[in-house]
Amino acid sequence: MINNSLKQLGDMLQAKKISSVELTQAFMARISQYNPSINAYISLNEDKTFTQAKAADAQIAAGNITPLTGIPFAQKDIFCAKGWPTTCGSKMLENFIAPYDAHIISQFDAVGAVNLGKTNMDEFAMGSSNETSYFGGVKNPWSFDRVPGGSSGGSAAAVAARLCAAATGTDTGGSIRQPASLCGLTGLKPTYGVVSRFGMIAFASSLDQAGPMAKSAEDCALMMNVMAGFDERDSTSLNRAKEDYTKDLNKPYLNKPLTGLKVGLPKEFFAEGLDASVGKVIETAIAEYKKLGAEIVEISLPNTGLSIPVYYVLAPAEASSNLSRYDGVRYGHRAAEYTDLMDMYNKSRAEGFGAEVKRRILIGTYVLSAGYYDAYYLKAQQIRRLIAQDFTEAFKKCDVIMGPAAPSTAFKAGEKVDDPVAMYLQDIYTISTNLAGLPGMSLPAGFAQSDDGKALPVGLQIIGNYFDEARMLNVAHQYQQVTDWHVQTPDLSLLEGKA
Amino acid sequence: MALSIEDIKKVAHLARIEVSDSDAATTLSKLTGILGLIEQMQAVDTTGIVPMSHSQDLSQRLREDVVTKTNLRDEFQKNAPALGNGSTEQAVSGGLYLVPKVIE
Amino acid sequence: MEWEVVIGLETHTQLQTNTKIFSGAAIKYGAEPNTQACEVSIALPGVLPVLNKQAVHCAIKFGLAIHAEIAPRSVFARKNYFYPDLPKGYQISQFELPVVGKGAVTIQVPAVGKNAAYEKVINITRAHLEEDAGKSVHGAVEGMSGIDLNRAGTPLLEIVTEPDMRSAAEAVAYAKQLHELVQWIGICDGNMQEGSFRCDVNVSVRPKGTEKLGTRREIKNLNSFKFMQQAIEYETRWQIETLEDGGTIHQATVLFNPDTGETRAMRSKEEANDYRYFPDPDLLPLVITEADKALVLAEMPELPAAMKARFEAQYSLSAYDASALTTSRELADYFVAAVDAGADAKQAANWAMGSVSAKLNSEDKPISASPVSALQLAQLLKRISDNTISNNAAKQVFDAMWNAEGDAERDVDAIIAAKGLKQESDSGAIEAIIDEVLAANAAMVEEFKAGKEKAFNALVGQAMKASKGKANPAQVNDILKKKLTA
Repeated sequence: MINNSLKQLGDMLQAKKISSVELTQAFMARISQYNPSINAYISLNEDKTFTQAKAADAQIAAGNITPLTGIPFAQKDIFCAKGWPTTCGSKMLENFIAPYDAHIISQFDAVGAVNLGKTNMDEFAMGSSNETSYFGGVKNPWSFDRVPGGSSGGSAAAVAARLCAAATGTDTGGSIRQPASLCGLTGLKPTYGVVSRFGMIAFASSLDQAGPMAKSAEDCALMMNVMAGFDERDSTSLNRAKEDYTKDLNKPYLNKPLTGLKVGLPKEFFAEGLDASVGKVIETAIAEYKKLGAEIVEISLPNTGLSIPVYYVLAPAEASSNLSRYDGVRYGHRAAEYTDLMDMYNKSRAEGFGAEVKRRILIGTYVLSAGYYDAYYLKAQQIRRLIAQDFTEAFKKCDVIMGPAAPSTAFKAGEKVDDPVAMYLQDIYTISTNLAGLPGMSLPAGFAQSDDGKALPVGLQIIGNYFDEARMLNVAHQYQQVTDWHVQTPDLSLLEGKA
Repeated sequence: MALSIEDIKKVAHLARIEVSDSDAATTLSKLTGILGLIEQMQAVDTTGIVPMSHSQDLSQRLREDVVTKTNLRDEFQKNAPALGNGSTEQAVSGGLYLVPKVIE
Repeated sequence: MEWEVVIGLETHTQLQTNTKIFSGAAIKYGAEPNTQACEVSIALPGVLPVLNKQAVHCAIKFGLAIHAEIAPRSVFARKNYFYPDLPKGYQISQFELPVVGKGAVTIQVPAVGKNAAYEKVINITRAHLEEDAGKSVHGAVEGMSGIDLNRAGTPLLEIVTEPDMRSAAEAVAYAKQLHELVQWIGICDGNMQEGSFRCDVNVSVRPKGTEKLGTRREIKNLNSFKFMQQAIEYETRWQIETLEDGGTIHQATVLFNPDTGETRAMRSKEEANDYRYFPDPDLLPLVITEADKALVLAEMPELPAAMKARFEAQYSLSAYDASALTTSRELADYFVAAVDAGADAKQAANWAMGSVSAKLNSEDKPISASPVSALQLAQLLKRISDNTISNNAAKQVFDAMWNAEGDAERDVDAIIAAKGLKQESDSGAIEAIIDEVLAANAAMVEEFKAGKEKAFNALVGQAMKASKGKANPAQVNDILKKKLTA
C-alpha cells in the first residue's frame, strides 16, 4: 500500500478497498517507527490528521471523490496551515501556530486530502542539506549518514522512506530538485507564478515556487492539478486557464513514445564540477531517451557559471528584507532579557536565527546598502536577464533541456557545513531555472556507487520552457514507463540498526 | 572590495542582529568567501542591459476596493511572544502589542 | 546679512478608499486597537500584498489635476528600516519610478500688512503611492509602548514639491491650496486632526542672493496650518541665529512642540539611515494606460481654475469674486446651488462670501453644516430681487434663519411677515407719504429747487422715515423726483 502510486491509491479508495483512515494509519505507523531516527517531520498532530481522514471517508462514502481525496500528504513546514505549528525550520517560529491557511493547503483541504504533518527543512529554506534546520538534520533514507539534500529535505526523506504518499516542497534555487535527486524522487518546480505563494513563508520572493515531490511523474501531475492555479491573493500568480497536467502523460509521439522530441544538452552542465559517477548515470538516461525516439542536440547556456553569484546576491537581498518582519514584536522569538527596543531587536534576531540565515541576511543587507547597490544588486539583475536569454536562445533549438539535477549524490552530514561556498555549488544546475522563472524537474535516473560502496540515487533534470509542465511530465512519464528507477525503495530495515 | 570587521558590524546593526566580536571575525571570513564568489559578476559587461526583477514581463493586477477582512485580533495575538525580562505574560495589553518604550 | 529661507514640502495625504492599499482590511478611523489589523497588516509570515485599484485611481486623479506626467510604468520599492510600527520591517513605497511626475500648483499668497497679495507657481517634483505605518501608543503600560497597526497599510499619496517657497506664508498658502485641491477632487477627506493630511517641511536658509542651498532640517508631521506657520518661523529664526552665532546646521529631522512653539531634533532619527531601497519582488510594475487615464478624467470634477473662468463668463462675476468662490468646492457648490434655485448671481456671490462665510467662520463650521441652505438663501435673495424686502431687512431675516431651530422656522416669507419687514411698494401709498413730506418740508423743497442736490437725499430720508423704513427706496426716489421736477 505504501508503495502504491497516487492513482492506485485513489482507485483503491474509490473502490472502497481501503479507507482513508486505514491508509493514514499505515503511514502513521511508519512515521512512529522511522521518523524518530529520520527526523523528516517537525510536527505531527494525530487528532487533526485523523479528523481529516474521517472526513475524507465520509466524503468518499457520499460519492464525492476526487483523485486525491483521502490520500495522506506531508506538507513542508514552510506552508502556513491553520492550527498547525509553522516553523520554517527556525527557532524564530518555534512557537508560531499559523492562524490561516496557505493557498496550497486550502487546495489540498478542498479536495479532501489528508495532512500527515509538517516536514523538516533548512531554516527559512536556506540550505542544500537540511542541516540548517533548528529541529535537527534529516537522514537520507538511502544512507543514514548522508544528507537528504535541501531545503525540502524532510519532504524528500518522507517520500523516499514512504512516510507519506507524497509531499510538497518549495524551490528557490533547487530546493525541490536537489533533494529529489539525492533521495530518488520525482520533483517538479513549476514555472514561477503557476502555484500561488500566498501563505508560503517567503525566502526570495522573485524565485520561490512550490511544487510536488512524489514517487513518479504521474503522481506529480495529479498533485499539480490541485496545487496549480490562479490566486488573487498573490500579485505574481498567473491568471491562466486551469490545466489538466495529466492530459499529456501518455501522449503518443508518432511511432515511438517520444519521436521527434528535441532534447538539448547544455555543455556547461557536463563540464568540470560534475561527479563522474553522476555524469555516467545521466548519459545512460540520455541514451534511454534516444531509444524512446528523442533527438539529442547540443546547446549552450554560457552564463550558467554566473547563476550562483547572481543568486547569492538576489536571494539574500530579498531574504534580508523578507526576514525583517521577525522582530519579536507580534509573534516569533523575543529575547528573554533585553534593555531597550534596539537591544530587543538585536538579541531576538541573533537568538532566533541560525548561522546560515544570519549570514544570508548580512550578505543581503550588505549588497543593498548605500554605495553597493549598483555594483551588486543591479548588476545581478542585469546578469539575471542574460541567464534568462540563454534559455530563450536554447529553446529555439530544443523542446526540453536535460542534465544532472545536482553535481553529486548525497554527501555526508557535516561534510560541507563549514564551507558555505561548497554548499552553494550544490545548486549550480538548478539555480538558473529559478532565475529565469522556468519549470524544472528531477526524476530518478539510476544509482551511483559512493566511495564507501553505497548505491545512491541520481536525478536527471528536465528543464522546460515556460508553462511546459505537462510536456515535461509526459517526457518524464514515458521514461518511467520503460525504467524502474523511480520504484526503487531504500532498505530501511538495514539502516535501522545503524540509526 | 575587501570586507572589514567594521563593515560586518555596520551591516549587522542595519539588520538588527547582535554580533559579538568573536562572531564578527568568523562571519567576516565566511562572508569574504561568499563575496569572493559574487565578485565573478564584475567581469561581465552589462552595459545597456535592462535589470530583470521578475521572470514574467507582466503588470500589477489591481484589487477591488472592497472590505474582505474581518477582525481576527484575538486569534492573531495568541502568537504574541512572552514579554521577557522576567515576565512570561504575553506582550499584549488592551489589544496593543507591547514593546520597550519607543523614543522619538 | 540678509537671509533667505528656502522651503519644500512633503505632504502625506491619506487616500479616500474603503480598504488598505495592499489588503482588504477596513481603514475606519478610531477603531479599537488592532481590530483592523489583518494578517497582511501585521505582516504574518507568508502574506502578500495586492494593490488597491481605488488608490491607483486617486493617484491618477491627482496627477491629472496638477497637469503632471502620469508614469505609464511605475514601480513599488521596499524602504527597509526597523521600527515597531512598521510590521514588515520595510515600507512599500515608490522610489525611482513614482506614479506621478512633475506638475505644478498655483497658489494665492494673501496680503500681509503692506505686502500685497500675489500668485506663485509651486512646482511639484513627484507624487508617489505608499503605505502608512501603524501607531505607537504611550502610557498604556508603564515603561512600554503599545503598538496599534490599524493604520498600517493605509494608502497614502506623498506629494513632494521643489524647494520653491520663500516664506512661511508661501508654505502655508501652498499647503492650504493643496489641502483644498485633494478634497476638491475627492481623493482625501482633508481631516488634519485625524492625520489624513500631514506635512513634513524642509527648511534651510542661505544668504539672500546666493544660489547654493543651505543644509536643511525637516520638520515632521505638522497637522495644522497654524503650527506650520509657527514651526517654520521658529525654525527659520533658529537657523539664522545659529549661523550668525558661528554655528553650523546639521541635517536633522525635527519635531515641533506646539506648547513651547519650538522645534527639536528627534532622537530616534539621529543615525544616518540606509533604507536599502529595492524593487518589491511581491509586486509587479504598475502600468497606467491612456485608457485608464481617460476613465479617471471622465470622473474629474471641474477644477478650480476652470470653474473660476466659467464663473466670470457665465455669471459676470469679477475675477476676485470668482476666485474667492472657488477656493473651496463646497463654497462653489453652495453658490451654484443658490443661483440654480433662482438667486441673482452677484447677490448670491456676495452673500456666500459675506454673511454666510462670516457666520461659518465665527462658529468654526464647514459650509456643509450651514444652518441656512443654499436653497433657503436663494429664497431670501429672491425677496430682495422682487422688492419684497430691502437689503437691510434681509440681513435681519438671515439672522433669524441662522438662529432658527429647524427648517420649519426658516420660512423666509413667514419671518418677513412675523417681523413686519415687507416693503411698501404700493405707489399710491408712497405718493401719499411723499405728499405729506413735501408739505411738511417746504424749506427743503426750496433748497432743492435752488440747486442744492443734497436736499433731495434729505427728502428721501424723511420719506423713508415716515414709512418706518418699509417704503421701497427706489420707488420713493422715482416718485419724489417726478414730483419735484413736475
